[in-house]
Amino acid sequence: MSRADRGDRAERAARIRNVMREEGDAVARNTREHNAGRKAAAENVPEYEDLRTRARELKEHAIENLPELIEELRESVAANGGHLYIADDAADANRYIVEAVGDADTVVKSKSMTTEEIEVNDALAAAGVEPVETDLGEWVIQLADEAPSHLIGPAMHKERAEIAELFADVFDLAEPPETAAELTAFAREKLGKRIREADVGMTGANFVVAESGTLAIVTNEGNARKVAATTDTHVAVAGVEKIVPTVEDLQPFLELLSRSGTGQELSAYTSLLTPPVASPVPDFDAPAESLVDGNGDGSGVAADSDREFHLVLIDNGRLAMREDDELRETLYCVRCGACANSCGNFQSVGGHVFGGETYTGGIAGGWEAGIEGLDVAAEFNDLCTGCSRCVPACPVQIDIPWINTVVRDRINRRKADASDFAFLPDGLAPDAEPAGLDLGKRFVGDFATLAEWGHRTAPLANRLANAGPVRAALERVVGIDRRRDLPEFASESLVEWFDRRGGSRVPIDEADRDAIVYPDTYTNYVDVERGKAAVRTLEALGVHVRVPPLPPSGRPPLSQGMVATAEERAHDLYAALAEHVDAGRDVVVVEPSDLAMIRSEYERFLEPDSFERLAGASYEVLEYVYGLLENGAPIDALTPGDDSTRNRELAYHPHCQARTLDLEEYTLAVLERAGYDVRTSDTECCGMAGSFGYKAEYYELSIDVGEPLVEDFGGTDRTLVASGTSCGEQLDALLDRPARHPVELIAPPESASR
Amino acid sequence: MSTETTFLESLSELDVEVTRTTPDSCADAIADATVGEAIGVPLQDGLALPPSVADRPTNGDLETADTGVTPAAFGIAEIGSVHLESDRAGTELVSLYPRRHVAVLRDADLVPDVATAIDRLGPDLRAGGSGVVATGPSATADMGSLVVGAHGPGEVHVILVEAGQ
Ligand code: SF4
Repeated sequence: MSRADRGDRAERAARIRNVMREEGDAVARNTREHNAGRKAAAENVPEYEDLRTRARELKEHAIENLPELIEELRESVAANGGHLYIADDAADANRYIVEAVGDADTVVKSKSMTTEEIEVNDALAAAGVEPVETDLGEWVIQLADEAPSHLIGPAMHKERAEIAELFADVFDLAEPPETAAELTAFAREKLGKRIREADVGMTGANFVVAESGTLAIVTNEGNARKVAATTDTHVAVAGVEKIVPTVEDLQPFLELLSRSGTGQELSAYTSLLTPPVASPVPDFDAPAESLVDGNGDGSGVAADSDREFHLVLIDNGRLAMREDDELRETLYCVRCGACANSCGNFQSVGGHVFGGETYTGGIAGGWEAGIEGLDVAAEFNDLCTGCSRCVPACPVQIDIPWINTVVRDRINRRKADASDFAFLPDGLAPDAEPAGLDLGKRFVGDFATLAEWGHRTAPLANRLANAGPVRAALERVVGIDRRRDLPEFASESLVEWFDRRGGSRVPIDEADRDAIVYPDTYTNYVDVERGKAAVRTLEALGVHVRVPPLPPSGRPPLSQGMVATAEERAHDLYAALAEHVDAGRDVVVVEPSDLAMIRSEYERFLEPDSFERLAGASYEVLEYVYGLLENGAPIDALTPGDDSTRNRELAYHPHCQARTLDLEEYTLAVLERAGYDVRTSDTECCGMAGSFGYKAEYYELSIDVGEPLVEDFGGTDRTLVASGTSCGEQLDALLDRPARHPVELIAPPESASR
Repeated sequence: MSTETTFLESLSELDVEVTRTTPDSCADAIADATVGEAIGVPLQDGLALPPSVADRPTNGDLETADTGVTPAAFGIAEIGSVHLESDRAGTELVSLYPRRHVAVLRDADLVPDVATAIDRLGPDLRAGGSGVVATGPSATADMGSLVVGAHGPGEVHVILVEAGQ
């Protein structure tokens, strides 16, 4: 780790701190509102999941057949009397657009991220044409000379007062508009004039229909309608991935797009234009002339002969992404912004930190890697912690964390290849990564070895680890922030404890079930108590328990982007569990992130049958308890509901990945059946996210992401409950009292276990 | 629940006013629903604009009118949308420029949901047609909080014409 890296870390921390201070509040308010809107909208549509599945299948099919669809579209557009141009890259697109715009003075634009991507405004300005953004947010950004901070809310990071100041400044106003209504009226007035005078209207397109040449353009403000209908030349710019085969295919996308983005059933305007359109072109220079004169009989829907239409579809790396097995999914994105809104980190920093040249939020990792390259993606790739809260939010079921993991892996490898000194640090387990991989990543990615060592040498390791000089070195070399408490290693592991007590207290021939309690790295070496509680709980419900030593799941290396190493771990763990699963034993997992690994990511690593078998036999511990209770095990066997020494009131924060797998309901149900009063947080992620919150450059961000939990739970004296180790550590850091694993609240004491 | 009841409920959630009327009283209902200077485009067969609405607007009227009256080809009950065609008579512009839009819709032209609407639009769009599915007034949240009335109308009024009286 060089001095430069350390400097980078401090600089990055400072930049994040600044953006959080200046833009964080507005971004948090807006994203959380959209996120809540999305959830409510989804709940109101019973067939929501079917719509997602259909949208996904349609996109897979459309991208698969993209070359044929482009040809079909070419014919449709020509038959309508328009022009289709497929641009290889930004320069090619801009050349065509400048030519199509010709000697126009102004181009009025409705919002289009694709035109941001190709920076068409610069190209137009260089050609002497003035581009005017008409989406109110985009106009604010244009006036302020900033970059959009969100896919659908480009000026989301700006407070009303800042906008008022900006208008007063730019237009030199003595009595500037102040309220949101006044600001809107001012903008409408100014921009209305620009639209009436303009020569060319430029729009994006949310979808393009191959069979008919129809564009679907969705807005709330009505500016796309206005710029397209008022000017005689319409230039539409979109990525080639926007094509769908038929008009009917639009249905699931239109049903999902606004609901995912803002929670609206439909945005105010869904324009379905098959240009050139029939609407007469108004001539505001001839106010006394009839609007419809000069256009034949003034009725019907045949195209107006004054109108010209150009559709510019941009490749700019997309066709290569189509050939890339890992990045291809990115092309299914409909740019609704839900992945940004549902993201804890994004809610704190917005797209000016969590974004690249053009695109923002989780999916930006895929877009920027494919379009701009790994250098740009590397600038914000760390911000995706793999919490997975965006996965159920995405209307086209993109595995956004996986894309970011793959991009991270590629960034790691590229850096490693470029590194001129390469060594494998002593003591770390051999992994499958290139020799020059970043030491910090390797260190965190091999937490299993570290924990094993810490346990073997505890308590010395704990004392040593917390000694000042060691903390300083950890911060300097590995990047672990010294404000964080380090996990304390147990001198007796869960496996050792279980052996010492003589194995299961429920003989196999008296047992209802036979189960492995998986000694994941944390449960085995750090938080052994929750493992013991799991064993006692299962035994109380008649389960013959086994706790064999087992390999780690591969979660830490995966989170560092060490995909090959994670895959090796998956094979190892599967090999070690296969016989148990074959023998009909259940696998009970205490740490949610490890269960999520087995149920989700292992699908990418294991043979399909192996994956199905292991995933099908694995349970989160409270999910398992719930199943046992449902099958007749008596709740009374667990901690008696009238134990007056326990606080009956709980504050429960579900683990992000467990929430994605819909597991929190089981925990809630079991705790309530056991007589607890539970308040559940709806904060997407605690902010710790495994090792993320330990990193010096992200410590403050991580604390900020957890802030809603302080608002939720800070004022209560409820017992804090969390299933994830890192959530527990974060709650402790935020609220200064320890959190307990739910299984500890239902487990009978060791003395009472049979 | 009937399609019409669903539509009325959806409109009320969108804060869209509605007048239920018959073909004979339609012109009066429209006159009541307009404010200020009103412009319009020819309506569906059998329905007429009131004399107070200018039926051949000029370019200048488009800029200055307070109300625009247009036919709506159909309505979507589930979400309260109306479909406005981009026709040569200027429906798109007349429904867009004035601050108030009055949409005239026959109850026979209500469809239950978005899926049915798309099915109905398929042949039109394949034949080169264009239009907009308009759901409530135009709006923006870009200026710090939600404001109704951005580039499009801030008020929408639906005249629902019941046949067979
Ligand atoms: S990845 Fe999914 S959630 Fe994110 S913007 Fe794209 S479509 Fe929306």
